[in-house]
Amino acid sequence: MTLFLEALIGGLLAGTMYSLVAIGFVLIFKASGVFNYAQGAMLLFSALTLVSLNEFGFPFWAALVMTIIITVIGAILIERIVLRPLANRNVMTLFMATLGLAYVIEGMAQGIMGAEIRGFDVGIEDLPIFWGDILISQFDLVAAAVAITMVAILALFFNKTRIGISLRAVADDTAAAQTLGININRIWQIVWAVAALTGLVAGMAWGARQGISFTLSLVVLKALPVLIIGGFTSIGGAIVAGLIVGASEALAETYIGVHIGGGIVTWVAYFVAIGFLFYRPSGLFGDIEIERV
Amino acid sequence: MTFNNLNINWGHAIAIAALFIVPMVATEYWMSVIVLPVLILALAGIGVNFLTGYAGQVTLGAGGFMAAGGYFMFAFAMHGDIRSFPLALLLAGLATAFVGVLFGIPSARIKGFYVMVTTLAAQFFLSWLFIKVPWFYNYNEVPNVTLPPMTLFGFDINDDPVVKYYFTLITVLALTWVATCIIRSPIGRNWMAIRDMDTAAGVIGINAIKYKIIAFAVSSFFIGIAGAFWCFIFLGTASVRSFTIERSFQILFIIIVGGMSSIRGNYIGAAFIFLLPILIDYLVKTFLGPILGGSLDSATLSNINKIIFGVLIIFFLIKEPEGIDKMVRDFTSRFKNRPLTVKQNKT
Repeated sequence: MTLFLEALIGGLLAGTMYSLVAIGFVLIFKASGVFNYAQGAMLLFSALTLVSLNEFGFPFWAALVMTIIITVIGAILIERIVLRPLANRNVMTLFMATLGLAYVIEGMAQGIMGAEIRGFDVGIEDLPIFWGDILISQFDLVAAAVAITMVAILALFFNKTRIGISLRAVADDTAAAQTLGININRIWQIVWAVAALTGLVAGMAWGARQGISFTLSLVVLKALPVLIIGGFTSIGGAIVAGLIVGASEALAETYIGVHIGGGIVTWVAYFVAIGFLFYRPSGLFGDIEIERV
Repeated sequence: MTFNNLNINWGHAIAIAALFIVPMVATEYWMSVIVLPVLILALAGIGVNFLTGYAGQVTLGAGGFMAAGGYFMFAFAMHGDIRSFPLALLLAGLATAFVGVLFGIPSARIKGFYVMVTTLAAQFFLSWLFIKVPWFYNYNEVPNVTLPPMTLFGFDINDDPVVKYYFTLITVLALTWVATCIIRSPIGRNWMAIRDMDTAAGVIGINAIKYKIIAFAVSSFFIGIAGAFWCFIFLGTASVRSFTIERSFQILFIIIVGGMSSIRGNYIGAAFIFLLPILIDYLVKTFLGPILGGSLDSATLSNINKIIFGVLIIFFLIKEPEGIDKMVRDFTSRFKNRPLTVKQNKT
């Protein structure tokens, strides 16, 4: 029982990491219908920038502010150079454009800042704490707290600010939002910037956990099943699904993996996602599309 | 003038003839390291194009299915004791097609990006399987396999690179012809209908589920064969490391750059994607090398490669979404249509 609870809690907390990454996807998908494969590369880029600036001699807070500025400028450039010429193309074309974008960002990040693994110290000691008999990583608890805070901030942003409300209008019906005079290009720039900033937070959380290296940009592949389970359009869904994926990975590795050779975390999430799809083809909280000919 | 029944025009005939005389005029390096892999990648491109370009299901599992082709072929040769190269190849293709069907079944319920997750599942599950199940690599210490001596209608397939080249060339061309036939048959037409709008296709009576699963089967067959070629003709050994997710992306890029929904585009794309890094490598070393001095290492090169690749992908999607194939078509039609006249239908 202790083993079960330990695996479950560890998995749930690790799952908040997936949620953090997936939220960035959901933001962009909601507002522009783009499945942004480059989210992982953006995550890598922002985390690397932060660490490099920090190593360069800037204090942490100055480095953070500079990273935020660079990230926002990058998001605006992406909108201008890549997305605007591709407006109104089909979703697969946009997806593949973000694939290309991911290559460019990865190449630049590693070319400018180096490819070796960087340590990233946020000043939290990863001492395990015991809750009864169950061992919990303190670090995971902090990451979970960060995730919850970020979701709260995003919820406030979307529900209470003028920009947030126009974002939701665009997500709901792009054409109607445009006729009401909402500048859609501006909205895209904001959404990409916000997604990039959530990427920065996720990158910091992941980076502090396992160092910052190229593998960070591959977390997108893990975020995909999370999105599938939660639905592409729901932030709440991304969180719940992140927890489901985290927990099922940990439990599967503990109970099934040991019998069939281990290392099954590479594919368990996808099979869980396929299982969910059989019951909910649009994810748990996704919008069910009604198609008309 | 065209060979109408084979759908070959003069340009294609010249290209094919050129491929046939490669072993006579080119060095072995050019034949076995440049032309051969391009042919194999083009075949894999055709496989992905069935699924993505024609049936509209984006796949990121090509690497996994290529690995399946290689390891299945080894299993048939080693465990099944089938020593005829073509027969083992065919069986490997069919077995890969069967795996493709298994992973295609979820597409009955889902579409769009959601299909991508099943292909990713295939990619990661298959790579895991061929590492973790020792039967697939004959209980060796490392999960790499080499074929036992094989036969090919009395030719020497094991050592002679020229025989390997001709066998690959003929198989790839034959399969290309088959691919053209499939695309022009009702199956291909139905795929395109589903790609363009599956609801509408359903309304006119096309069984979308059936044709999607056929697409998975045919696509995996081609990709599996390409994988077996890649392992045992090009590299000489099968290893999961040659079929990571990067391979899946490479083949997806081949069809984006070459031209989705185009058979010829796969060849153009494969040549482009495979040769561009070699060219960049050469150019950077020749021109940037003296300027940068010793600071130019392989990591820098691969980063430069990545950036150029990414930019090209975006460029093609923005400027020429139908790929290089469309550019070639536009270019040749300029000459065909000279002097420019308004075409009138003869009645």
